[in-house]
Amino acid sequence: MTEPLLKARGLVKRYGRVTALDHADFDLMPGEILAVIGDNGAGKSSLIKAISGATVPDEGTITLEGREVSYASPLQAREAGIECVYQTLALSPALSITDNMFCGRELRKPGVMGKWFGMLDQKAMEKFAREKLSELGLMTIQNINQAVETLSGGQRQGVAVARAAAFGSKVIVLDEPTAALGVKESRKVLDLIQDVRSRGTPVVLISHNMPHVFEVADRIHIHRLGRRLCVVDPKSISMSDAVALMTGAMQPEQVSAA
Amino acid sequence: MSESPTPGGQEYEASLKDSASAVAEFEHAPRGMIGTIQHVLHGNPTFVPVIILVASITVFGFIAGERFFSPFNLSLIMQQVSIIGILAAAQTLIILTAGIDLSVAAIMVLMSVISGKLAVEFGVPAPIAIVISFIGGIAAGYLNGWLVTKIKLPPFIATLGTWNVFFALNLYLSGAQSIRGADIDTTAPLLKFFGQSIAIGSARLTYGTLLMIAVFVALWYVLNKTAWGRHVYMIGDDKESAELAGIRTDRTLRQVYMLAGFICALAAWASIGRVGSISPQSFYEGNLESITAVVIGGISLFGGRGSIMGALFGALIVGVFQSGLRLAGVDVLWQVFAIGWLIIIAVAIDQWIRKVSA
Repeated sequence: MTEPLLKARGLVKRYGRVTALDHADFDLMPGEILAVIGDNGAGKSSLIKAISGATVPDEGTITLEGREVSYASPLQAREAGIECVYQTLALSPALSITDNMFCGRELRKPGVMGKWFGMLDQKAMEKFAREKLSELGLMTIQNINQAVETLSGGQRQGVAVARAAAFGSKVIVLDEPTAALGVKESRKVLDLIQDVRSRGTPVVLISHNMPHVFEVADRIHIHRLGRRLCVVDPKSISMSDAVALMTGAMQPEQVSAA
Repeated sequence: MSESPTPGGQEYEASLKDSASAVAEFEHAPRGMIGTIQHVLHGNPTFVPVIILVASITVFGFIAGERFFSPFNLSLIMQQVSIIGILAAAQTLIILTAGIDLSVAAIMVLMSVISGKLAVEFGVPAPIAIVISFIGGIAAGYLNGWLVTKIKLPPFIATLGTWNVFFALNLYLSGAQSIRGADIDTTAPLLKFFGQSIAIGSARLTYGTLLMIAVFVALWYVLNKTAWGRHVYMIGDDKESAELAGIRTDRTLRQVYMLAGFICALAAWASIGRVGSISPQSFYEGNLESITAVVIGGISLFGGRGSIMGALFGALIVGVFQSGLRLAGVDVLWQVFAIGWLIIIAVAIDQWIRKVSA
């Protein structure tokens, strides 16, 4: 069996007296789409935050490509090639779409102005941002320099997804990427996820939308009460069984192992 | 089903392949004059202080007549606001990060005392004394930034504390004594460099005025045209988002406080030229005056919004009011009264503009 690209063992995260992660394990294989499902409060977001460097777990290890890593900040995870779309989106409302797309990775002008005076290449950045939004089918955005606060919720989510897709090199993590999106945009995000995988980049998808999960996922990680309950194959389990596992109505032993 | 590269998806999605692919465009309904003004101002918030500035110059021109409009008086206003203007530039940086710096003027006076003491009393060559004051300004800014990012103090509290600390240090180092202008002239005339001026007709442009303009132009460039500047706005807008999006927020914040401290040290040098001597008791209200300029300039105290140029116009508006009212023979207390209302009106207009979505 191939080694997981991203592996976590025994992650524990406590917030005061609340335990969000209770010795959780996690495996992401190269080139797969792994869906993570679970009830509200199961610890999905905490798991994602631990993987993407947004929180530092109290215990446990994370290995990326066989090397143990520990991220003190999202920036370090990003530099290692893990890109994340958070539920809160992490966008700056008063800034333009372009500014938000590049956040920390701005392009500089070639030549002296860029090198010595740090001048940004606004034109190239705008062009890039527009292309990425068009790839996602976000055609309703009229002005690439409009402030993010003037966009609808779905458009904002689209911008965040486009940012992750544009820059994620090893792993892309999407926390509820379609929750606020319209039918067409959701479809584009799903297409995009598959497109990302076809380029060889694995995707972690957190979603409550079972039809979407079953359509795109190669494996489904079911999270319950702060830990991994089991991993199932969407081709050999029904949606209702997956929901039953997730909510505790059924135990993993009752389903044939994936 | 996960194998197909272009999945058909769910049944209800079948018609998506025919959906529009052009960037949406709309005709805009006429807004009426007030609406149009509001809209334009929303897109360009810096217009507001510009309009107030032009309007106040016009009004005071009518009231005070030619004396107000004379090149001499207009250049005098520039001189008078130059120190508070430079402090307002430093203050803008901090306020853009959703902070506030009550210690800017205290840093400035402390650094002018340090460079003056070193150069005039201890015989340190003036350029070295000035460099030491720059380093001192950066160190003072670092202390503020450290308190805000490492100790996690709210900026208001951190700088309220350091304001008092710096003010006390300044009284201690100076022995509460001024350094006389004549002594500076004989031992270290370089300290008064920014008091020199270029005469254009009857107008006198001091180097201090030019320094103020240069500081604003440089900061405008840095804030709008460099990645670091955009990060400053992002942090002020939403620090947590900026952190998640991969900005080193605490490091950038410390840099912001250090840059502000450096600008205060520049203001210290300029203030020696402007005042002609070094007084530990001077500019006691400079902290609040710099905040006044920033607020009148339309920069949001909640961070992330506003243009640095607004602070320059804000400082000029205050200068025009003071000069105009003085020339019109109005008592000083009514000048203060007018500035008070100016702050309230400026922020009220700002709120009105923000009601329009772009």
